[in-house]
Amino acid sequence: MVMKIMTIGDIVKLLECEVLCCADRLDSEVHTACGSDMMSDVLAFVKDQAVLLTGLLNPQVVRTAEMMDIICIVFVRGKKPDTAVVELAAQKNIAILSTGNRMFEACGRLYESGLRGGLSANTSGGDNAEGGS
Amino acid sequence: MNVLELHYDVPGDDFTRAGEASSAIKNKLKQMGISPNVIRNVAIATYEGEINMVIHANGGTIDVAIDSDAVTLLLKDTGDGIPDVELAMREGYTTAKEEIRALGFGAGMGLPNMKKYTDEFELTSEVGKGTEVKMKVYLNK
Repeated sequence: MVMKIMTIGDIVKLLECEVLCCADRLDSEVHTACGSDMMSDVLAFVKDQAVLLTGLLNPQVVRTAEMMDIICIVFVRGKKPDTAVVELAAQKNIAILSTGNRMFEACGRLYESGLRGGLSANTSGGDNAEGGS
Repeated sequence: MNVLELHYDVPGDDFTRAGEASSAIKNKLKQMGISPNVIRNVAIATYEGEINMVIHANGGTIDVAIDSDAVTLLLKDTGDGIPDVELAMREGYTTAKEEIRALGFGAGMGLPNMKKYTDEFELTSEVGKGTEVKMKVYLNK
């Protein structure tokens, strides 16, 4: 199967997201996805042009995304981070989206549309929906 | 290429600021035109280190030296130290409290990630005195 390339704008449509910052990045391509509330698991995951789905709202989510060159963060279950977090993301040019979908549903919809997880070696597992390849 | 040295203090009292030093280091390496893979490996190693310093050691320092062969990182703190380094290196092992886990850390992946993403990793720790981690990421692999 040919891996489908989607854009941040496609994710906005698929997950019915509200765009909280960096609306100018909607045309950027997203190649892989990772869903997790454990940032150390995200740091064990390396792949370019990734989107991170999470239910965690603190500034370290943006820091983690910055370190991993993640270009878009989707907050699930209708969560919205406070303005300081959104401003930090804007500085780093990381698009912030908020969806009413739950983690499982959000990951499932993206997977169904052809988006795949990246290489995720040696993660500690748990109940995180880690996007396996 | 001459050696470029950078020094950063990591404040221990503010979790929300953890990662600022790693961010500054990342930007500096980017300006220097270092390859994205090397930069990401350095960023992960320093960031996990910074988080560890804030969670476990009330802050510390990061020294970075860049020469033509490698980025050398020296992370130092004066925290409680690690009684059993071998155990601490094990994936999934953590002493972090529940409130840290609620912030998305303390999965017991910090030290293993630092080792995984660097080419040389050396940890020395003395209980009651502190911990030192020396890491190297080679520029040409």
